[in-house]
Amino acid sequence: KYKLDNRKSNVDMFNLTGPSRTNRPDNTAFTQQRLPAWQPILSAGIVIPGFTLIGLAFIGVGVALFVTSQKITDLEIDYTGVAATSPCFKCTSFAAENCMCQMEFTLTTLFEGPVFFYYGLTSYYQNFRTYGVSKDGYQLSGDTYYFNNPQDSCAPYQYDSNNNPIVPCGSIANSMFSDTFQLYQVVNGMKKQVPLDGKGIAWWTDYNIKYSNPALVNGSFANAFSGTVKPVNWSKPVYELDPTDQANNGFLNQNFLVWMRQAALPKFQKLYGRIAEGDYAQGLPAGNYTLLINYSYPVISFGGTKKVVLSNVSWMGGKNQFLGIAYLVIGSLCIVMAMVMLIIYAKYKFTDDDEDM
Amino acid sequence: TVYIANRFPQHGHYIPQRFADNRIISSKYTIWNFIPKNLFEQFRRIANFYFLIIFLVQLMIDTPTSPVTSGLPLFFVITVTAIKQGYEDWLRHKADNEVNGAPVLVVRSGSLVQTRSKNIRVGDIVRVAKDETFPADLVLLSSDRAEGTCHITTASLDGETNLKTHFAVPETAVSQSVSRLETLQAVVECQQPEADLYRFVGRITVTHQGEEIVRPLGPENLLLRGARLKNTKEIFGVAVYTGMESKMALNYKCKSQKRSAVEKSMNTFLIIYLGILLFEAILSTILKYTWQAEAKWDEPFYNEKSEVERNSSKILKFISDFLAFLVLYNFIIPISLYVTVEMQKFLGSFFIGWDLDLYHEESDQRAQVNTSDLNEELGQVEYVFTDKTGTLTENEMQFRECSINGIKYQEINGKLVPEGMTEDTPDSSAPHLVRSNSNDDSVLVSSVCHTRVSQSREEELFLKAVSLCHTVQISYDQPDGLGDPFSHANGFTSQMEYYASSPDEKALLEATKRMGVTFTGISGENMEVKTFGKSEKYKLLHVLEFDPNRRRMSVILQNPSGERVLFTKGAESAVLPYAKSGEIEKTRVHVDEFALKGLRTLVVAYRLFSTEEYKEVARRLHEARTALQQREERLADTFSFIEKDLEVLGATGVEDKLQEKVQETIEALRLAGIKVWVLTGDKHETAVSVSLSCGHFHRTMNILELVQQKTDHECAEQLRRLSRRIREDHVIQHGLVVDGASLSLALREHEKLFMEVCKNCSAVLCCRMAPLQKAKVVRLLKTSPEKPITLAIGDGANDVSMIQEAHVGIGIMGKEGRQAVRNSDYAIARFRFLAKLLLVHGHFYYIRIATLVQYFFYKNVCFITPQFLYQFFCLFSQQTLYDSVYLTLYNICFTSLPILVYSLFEQLVHPHVLHNKPALYRDISRNAILSFKTFLYWTTLGFCHAFIFFFGSYILMGEDTSLMGNGQMFGNWTFGTLVFTVMVITVTLKLALETHFWTWMNHFVTWGSIAFYFIFSLFYGGIIWPFLHTQDMYFVFVQLLSSGSAWFAIVLIVVSCLFPDVVKKVFYRHLQPTSTQKSQFIEVYQGVGCMDSMCCFSEGHSGCARLAWLVGRLTGRCDPARATRSWSDSDPFYSNDRSILTLSPVEATNC
Repeated sequence: KYKLDNRKSNVDMFNLTGPSRTNRPDNTAFTQQRLPAWQPILSAGIVIPGFTLIGLAFIGVGVALFVTSQKITDLEIDYTGVAATSPCFKCTSFAAENCMCQMEFTLTTLFEGPVFFYYGLTSYYQNFRTYGVSKDGYQLSGDTYYFNNPQDSCAPYQYDSNNNPIVPCGSIANSMFSDTFQLYQVVNGMKKQVPLDGKGIAWWTDYNIKYSNPALVNGSFANAFSGTVKPVNWSKPVYELDPTDQANNGFLNQNFLVWMRQAALPKFQKLYGRIAEGDYAQGLPAGNYTLLINYSYPVISFGGTKKVVLSNVSWMGGKNQFLGIAYLVIGSLCIVMAMVMLIIYAKYKFTDDDEDM
Repeated sequence: TVYIANRFPQHGHYIPQRFADNRIISSKYTIWNFIPKNLFEQFRRIANFYFLIIFLVQLMIDTPTSPVTSGLPLFFVITVTAIKQGYEDWLRHKADNEVNGAPVLVVRSGSLVQTRSKNIRVGDIVRVAKDETFPADLVLLSSDRAEGTCHITTASLDGETNLKTHFAVPETAVSQSVSRLETLQAVVECQQPEADLYRFVGRITVTHQGEEIVRPLGPENLLLRGARLKNTKEIFGVAVYTGMESKMALNYKCKSQKRSAVEKSMNTFLIIYLGILLFEAILSTILKYTWQAEAKWDEPFYNEKSEVERNSSKILKFISDFLAFLVLYNFIIPISLYVTVEMQKFLGSFFIGWDLDLYHEESDQRAQVNTSDLNEELGQVEYVFTDKTGTLTENEMQFRECSINGIKYQEINGKLVPEGMTEDTPDSSAPHLVRSNSNDDSVLVSSVCHTRVSQSREEELFLKAVSLCHTVQISYDQPDGLGDPFSHANGFTSQMEYYASSPDEKALLEATKRMGVTFTGISGENMEVKTFGKSEKYKLLHVLEFDPNRRRMSVILQNPSGERVLFTKGAESAVLPYAKSGEIEKTRVHVDEFALKGLRTLVVAYRLFSTEEYKEVARRLHEARTALQQREERLADTFSFIEKDLEVLGATGVEDKLQEKVQETIEALRLAGIKVWVLTGDKHETAVSVSLSCGHFHRTMNILELVQQKTDHECAEQLRRLSRRIREDHVIQHGLVVDGASLSLALREHEKLFMEVCKNCSAVLCCRMAPLQKAKVVRLLKTSPEKPITLAIGDGANDVSMIQEAHVGIGIMGKEGRQAVRNSDYAIARFRFLAKLLLVHGHFYYIRIATLVQYFFYKNVCFITPQFLYQFFCLFSQQTLYDSVYLTLYNICFTSLPILVYSLFEQLVHPHVLHNKPALYRDISRNAILSFKTFLYWTTLGFCHAFIFFFGSYILMGEDTSLMGNGQMFGNWTFGTLVFTVMVITVTLKLALETHFWTWMNHFVTWGSIAFYFIFSLFYGGIIWPFLHTQDMYFVFVQLLSSGSAWFAIVLIVVSCLFPDVVKKVFYRHLQPTSTQKSQFIEVYQGVGCMDSMCCFSEGHSGCARLAWLVGRLTGRCDPARATRSWSDSDPFYSNDRSILTLSPVEATNC
């Protein structure tokens, strides 16, 4: 080895003293493939302590996540009404219109606030490709040209049978979830409404930037939509979605925005409102509650279910035990592997026969 | 038929012929056809064509991704390639224009006209001045010399640097001025253009004063385009072949494309992936239809079909669904693979030329790469076929011994000293011996009788024969322009230098010069020899040139006393059978003895012609030379008629020194598991002795011989005997010697048997090989069932066929011209460089490219499989998981650079270690890293990672609870982005795990790629893009990052992907370490010795040693024995390494 190095240095000396030649390759670290380099070797020596460290860290994080997740309470109420005993069974028949049903539930302890109110659907494929593209982004950003000329991607909900343009066009808008909910606490036999705050349930950017309503025409919001028709499945036009709050209408209706953000998987939940006002700012106190449902959205036809979920959240979101458990598993695996390596090391002392090579 | 100066016969019957103009076109494209032609060329590539099809499918039917996603990468790939090819073609255009626009002087209508080279027509008389190149193939008409000769060098054609003399026909040689050329009436008839540089058959008919004189034309009359005029002031020649019909242009042939083993396995893998792709697409389509058989899935109320969809036919829909899936999954075939591989090869090949260790100081030559396609093949070589002369040896001939008239002489201090004593020469111990022979009455001999007494007549005759029988040219080292150098021929100048096409001739001439018989040059028809100060002139009558079939050459001279003598020189097997007198037997014995010493032997003989004999000879020669048909055959006949009844004068032994470090190199190659075969044209004995001296054969080896087999049957018998012997005795190594004749017998009928014998021999030596036989041997090995990778190395024109035949051809930049270099894939200056080229560069390139290929497949599996899995959760609706922009940029931007940098700079093991431990080469032999097992490993790994990405994210999202602190929900694009983010990080880190040589560039691109992904995503998601009609990705990435759970999930998934891989690596390293892995430890240790840094390298050894010692003292862990002993000690190793890193600023200031 030393001989080699000597030879190298001789060459270098020659280079310094000798005349500069044209054809001689440059003697730089780059051309000679001798750039300074860090050459790590994955040997047990680093891996055992490394794994132990990672394992410990993961177990720590896992415990923290798990505990956080455990603190979160959630409550699911399925109101599909498939079973005949269900209060909502009566609404599942086709004849039922404007059907209302009630689900009752009892909280034994305080449901800490703020409580989030979700509705959930299953077997519902919002991620179907033709469904997902069936909307008109320009229309939804308030561009009135597209009110009269919806994009082809909206088909078959581009024009109605009278060839009037549909606003908002497309399958997603057309299939907007239409059940509405009211939550009452039963206090001394009296129903006391729990206020559901429907503000701020959509992404901030969706509400403020991505979607916008058309400018008022003649001081009237409805006029901006003249010449267009409401989606086929809708009972009200888009500018009258929320009769209680004039600002919560048009494309900026929060429920509409929530619906327009397609879910990734066929089983999904969407935020409906928050319970963070008045008497319920601290959460739902123990007691009996009644959920009044305006049942209008059909799911039985495709075998889906509907549910309402009440949940509080932590910094990491809703109740999600997966992360905590996964961290614990991977962390302990790391530790176990580190131990196995140690044992193997102790048993078969690693001998290197480099010397005789 | 060419009419000189285009003076066509006036009277009728002339049919104008169409000749090509003198434009040379080496470029492939013109401005007009560049785009269509280049596109066509590119789409002939199967991968490009595939992507084109995908692109068209996307244009035609409704597919999940926009055509841009595959169109853009395709456009990128095509553009990059087109720019590269366009640039190369532009360079060729420029070169062509330069050549075609060069000014030339043409004789037109009685005066010299300057015109451009491309305007020369066939039949034009062209004037060429000294040191100019010929603009077309010309037939020499006249030169400024009275005898009509000129000297040229053909270095740019065949690399031979000697001066060649070309002649004009006497009838035209007198036309030395423009005005006289004007009156010349002549017609040249010649054959159709052909590529062979050394063949030209033609006839010139000169009409002189109404009389037609016909003269033959041969290659010695033809001045080839590209050759250069030397030593002659000016010449006139008539253009016969112009432009693309000139011999130089005909020799521009595309070399057959060689493909490396890596490329072949790459294509196999591509096909496998195509299979996977089709399988996935078909499976998805079928599942889609089984699923959608139920109406509630086919068309739920929320997702009604449009009229068009409902009405389209089932079969059409099925097909379009299948195609849509194909498009969705098409990224599994990595589009950028080819581009990356090409870039890697192109850029990577520079390192060979840059390597100082492959630079030859004396000849100032660095290694040269002609094809970068084969870099990695250098790491796969199993058989090396090497030429002997000029490759193993220096090809620097030194005259050593000779045998004159049955007595052996040695050269000592410029004197011939007889060696030993033979029975019939009792007085041979005397330095001067006078012996009488039957033909000392020859006048030739008597003419030198009264010179120095110390030399016998035989000796002198022998020396003269040697100094006359050759084709050597002389050049004088004096300023040009002092007139004809040959006027100085008599005034002997010491600066003269011999230019010979064969180094043997040069060595012999220099030897005779030392002994007092000096060849001083040719003037006119006379060869001048200075014998001990006295000048003699011999009239050169004929030269019977050397050719490899005859293996001899002759000259016919007229000596000063008027006798005509033939001198012949050649291989002993080519001369001795034709000898009738002289000491034939003794000479033969001596020749064999010379050969045993490893000398190259030539036998010299002569023949005296009587006047009648000579007349016959001259007539026959003239006939043969002027023959238009079968000239070669007739010449060969005539030559063998002339070269017979010879009297043997003696033999010469010339030593060819072995090159430096040949033995070490061969030993290293053998340790690397490479079998070395020596293929040579030399004699059996010479070859064996050289083989022994260069370590190809060991003394301990059992040498088997298959030589001088006459019949088929005998040969088979011998082969069977040999294979039996090998079987009986497999303890010791065997070496096999085969000669050309036996080989052709063995190959004809008993190929299998022969192969079996060969494979069991650790060294094979083939002697007496013809060039084509060399290639045949290579092909035989190449096509044997194991399909080993072969490498041929040689320096001469006779090695070209073998160089082209072998998988890798290496040319040695030697003395025998540059033909081998031009036809080779790589060229090096010395044989010993082969070790570094194979063991270090080959190893590096192979590891790099093989990992590159595997990694590319891996990362695309990772990329596409989640998309496939997603189909199970979206009703097989072909919904993409990732956004189109991510789909497009994944291979182009996010994951392209780290692997490129890896594939340029990775060094698994330190080059010194590789060089010193050839055995490491075995670890990668037989395409180990691209074996099916490793491929399966990478692919499975890809699938596993993809499953972890997808299902990790799925479980996280699938609990369908909010992942954000404000309770809001994510959508499908967030899900896809999460998978994509995890994927980019994992795939980049996986490469980081594979990287063993972290230069600053690796750090930069690895961390840079991840950073770039984040920055790009923030940017891309942060803007409402005006030209996109959906803003699906708007703020998705920011929302994802604002979720704490997402961060934890990313860390978790990345770690759980890489964790098993690390475990596997560690276990393998410690339980079943490969020798490569073991030697990585040494390397770390060596790293302490010489830190591999720039400073270290340029400052030499001493500074580093001190520093190393310092480091050793500081850490106290410098003991190599300790360092490599146990497991726990590998940890200190690591910290050792680290300490160097932290020390490096200090080191920098020290230096």
